[in-house]
Amino acid sequence: MQITVNINGASETRDVEPRRLLVDFIRSDAGLTGTHIGCDTSSCGACTVLLDGRPVKSCTVLAVQADGSEVKTVEGLAEGGELHPVQAAFKEHHGLQCGFCTPGMMLVGSALLEENPDPSEEEVRWAISGNICRCTGYMNIVTAIQAAGGEGS
Amino acid sequence: MYPSAFDYSAPGSLEEALASLAELGDEGRVLAGGQSLIPMMKLRLAAPGHLVDINGVSELACISESNGHLAIGALARHADVASSEAVSRHNHTVASAAPWVSDPLVRNRGTLCGSVAHCDPEGDWNSVMLAVGASVVARSSSGERVIPITDFIVDFFTNSLHPGEMVTEVRIPAYRGPAGGAYLKLERKVGDYATVGVATHLVLDDSGNVAEAGLGLTAVYGHNLKVTEAEEMMAGQTPGPELFAEAAAIAARTCDPDDNVRGPAEYKRAVVAEYTRRGFAQALTLARGEG
Repeated sequence: MQITVNINGASETRDVEPRRLLVDFIRSDAGLTGTHIGCDTSSCGACTVLLDGRPVKSCTVLAVQADGSEVKTVEGLAEGGELHPVQAAFKEHHGLQCGFCTPGMMLVGSALLEENPDPSEEEVRWAISGNICRCTGYMNIVTAIQAAGGEGS
Repeated sequence: MYPSAFDYSAPGSLEEALASLAELGDEGRVLAGGQSLIPMMKLRLAAPGHLVDINGVSELACISESNGHLAIGALARHADVASSEAVSRHNHTVASAAPWVSDPLVRNRGTLCGSVAHCDPEGDWNSVMLAVGASVVARSSSGERVIPITDFIVDFFTNSLHPGEMVTEVRIPAYRGPAGGAYLKLERKVGDYATVGVATHLVLDDSGNVAEAGLGLTAVYGHNLKVTEAEEMMAGQTPGPELFAEAAAIAARTCDPDDNVRGPAEYKRAVVAEYTRRGFAQALTLARGEG
């Protein structure tokens, strides 16, 4: 069936099978490979995108369910050549090592800051608790998200 | 991993959804949050012929208080339940369980009614529903049934819906007196299934004795388990550590956990007992307004 999804402000219209997963629609149809596939079982959060502003695991959403919706991926965080404050803070505070979980972590962080511009450490840890990082031990991810919040407020 | 092929429709109203389900019979399956159904389809544990996606039926998203109960609609996400003031005013057990369901991203998508209908013995919500005495509203093109949760849960992944029926609402009865409750969950990590979950519910009468006790257990039996023997034993008694210890002993010997990756059965029984004691103690504190 034909669907139209607004990804990072651009309309993407395609014919897809109902079983096409949103993550593959984003990566293979729209060509945006910043959204990663980790566990493929909705455990790890590497495939996190914002669906109408809410973080979801795109390996567990059908592309047809996003018809008419807005999706934001990591490629949509920076605006006008300027890094999003969360991206800048990840760079500044070394909030990543291998980078595989980073798109999901930054999107969850940006969604948290939209709702709560100055979160506590506990609130950040709670918000990212559905996203797994196997490198950093989370310390610098939490620091970066808090720092990005601090800059905004 | 990919599901096997299926047909898909996204009705814009409940009537349309019910008409589709009536026509599809056994082939039709409701898709709400999809956080259990889609993984099961990807693992090819489920292969419905046709998904009826109800995400466009916005009337099902409401959480409302009416006629002596709290109604949670079929599209209310776990995150909506967790942040709902109506829920926190209405029922302590439901409010305390919501933040423990899976992880924040899954809670943004998955629905309470979907979890209830899924009847996964490791799911949290049905223990809560058994403890608080909830009922499930099932609609079909030919009418509506209000099913007590004890009749709704049939067994392991099995509910009592008929072909063509869908859950539109779960109803939580209002407290009839000073009341409290809690959901305590032991999990290895956020997003994992419960090693053990214990839902407690306590309503006091005018003299401060137990008018109503509810106890539901997660992941320690073939389905979510209502510990009726403990509930009946507690009725009319003076609440306190001795009574709760007795209830805990009944719960520990009634459950039948497996030895598995989440721990040995003996350990889980010990956790059931401890969480039963702690849960009722928290419920009593809340019921006495000391929370």
